[in-house]
Parts: sequence; C-alpha cells; structure tokens
Amino acid sequence: MAVELLRESYGIQGRNFDKAGEISSEIKALLSGLQLNPTSIRRTVIVVFEAEMNVVMYAQRGTLTLILTDDEIALEVRDEGPGIPDVDLAMQEGYSTASDEMREMGFGFGMGLPNMKKNSDEFRIDTEVGKGTSVLATIRLNSHG
Amino acid sequence: MILREIKELLGCEVLVGNPDLEVDVTDVVASDGMSEILAFARSKELMITGLTNIQSIRTADIAGVCAVLYCRGKVPDKRVLDFARDKNIPVLATSMGMFEICGILYAKGLRGVS
Repeated sequence: MAVELLRESYGIQGRNFDKAGEISSEIKALLSGLQLNPTSIRRTVIVVFEAEMNVVMYAQRGTLTLILTDDEIALEVRDEGPGIPDVDLAMQEGYSTASDEMREMGFGFGMGLPNMKKNSDEFRIDTEVGKGTSVLATIRLNSHG
Repeated sequence: MILREIKELLGCEVLVGNPDLEVDVTDVVASDGMSEILAFARSKELMITGLTNIQSIRTADIAGVCAVLYCRGKVPDKRVLDFARDKNIPVLATSMGMFEICGILYAKGLRGVS
C-alpha cells in the first residue's frame, strides 16, 4: 500500500493569462526541494504546465491536486469548462481548437494533451460537454532512471 | 560550441547574462510553440523562439534548457527578463530570423532535437 506523503490543491483561474504557469513554477520549486528523481520531477511539471494552460485557455476555473506517495506522483485536474466533444481527436498531435489569442501565448498547437499523456505513466480523461473535464495522471517515481 | 561564441556569431545582445556564457551547447530546440519545446527538449539545449512573453521563460525553466535566444529583433519586457534572472537562465536576442539562425548553427555542427 502506497504511503501518502504530501497532498496540495491549487485553484486555477480561467482566462487569466497573466498568472498562467505560476502554479507550475510553484510545484517545480516544491518538488525540487524533496530530492526526488529529476526525470520524474520534469515529467510531472510538464504535465502540470500543460494542464494549467489548458484550464486557463478553455475553462472558467479549475483545481489541480498533487498527491505524492512513496512510489508515485498523482495529479488530478478538474475544470468547469466546455468539455471535449471527441477525446480521441483531441489526443491527436496537431489537432487544436485554440483561438488566435491562445496561439499568441505560444500554446494551442495541438500538442498539449499528447504531451501530458507522453509524460504520464497512467493517463485518463473524463469529460462531459457543457460541464467540464477531469484528468488523472500519475508519474511513477523510480521508473525513469 | 560555447554560448559566448554563439553570441558573437549571431551578433546577439545579452539581456540576461547570469550565470556566465561559458556553457557548452550541442543541441538546439527552435519553435514558437511552447508545447513543441516541452515535447522535444530533453535538457541543456539552446532554445530559440520568437515568443517573448512570460510563458517563454516558464517553458525554458520547465524544459531545463541552458539559455533562451529571441529571434527577429524581439525583446521581452522587464518583468520577463527579471523572471529569467530569477531562474538563472541566460537570455540573448538577435535581429536574425529563426531560419537564418538555425542554418548558421547547423553549419557549425549543432543539431536539433526531435
């Protein structure tokens, strides 16, 4: 049974491009102080950053919860957003529904969700159009050398 | 190739130079798409981009690149540069376009990551 070592929740404000990414920086600093495997930290922070940007770009608000156990980092991201009508399509690299404003921020080129999946050991999306989306991602701590 | 040599070669202005520019660069990641940089950078690359907002430095920090080079004469605002300084990421800028920069660095033996 995994032992929970740390649990932190963060609120993400939708449409606030100025603050977008601050949670990712905070989590990177938090994890870097814990002497974890650098590859796992890097993978985790990429997933967090992409998730945070997705919430900022598409949703009214969201929460990100980080749960550190002795063998993995779990990330739960829940938003109140438009939902994803076709998840398989959204997971394809290059597919994007981003606006020009999002692209001017350097995001919305159809790489976000695939990047999150690529950097996770387990990855699940639950979404309902008109309600929101939740993503569960786990990154194992000792499988990446 | 040492970052200082790249600075000379491309006629760069140094916007944030701390830590110093003696870092050795062998690989380059070049894009205006931040997710592309996050997808392909493994760490210690030189990141070349035309995007000058705060997300460019956040991406550089998360991707673990060794320095950021802004192309096409673009210069970020003070807040972005302060953030880079805080993260110890050297920042350079050149008037050259991305295609030209990449061509010159490729000819000098540097390689892209994919």
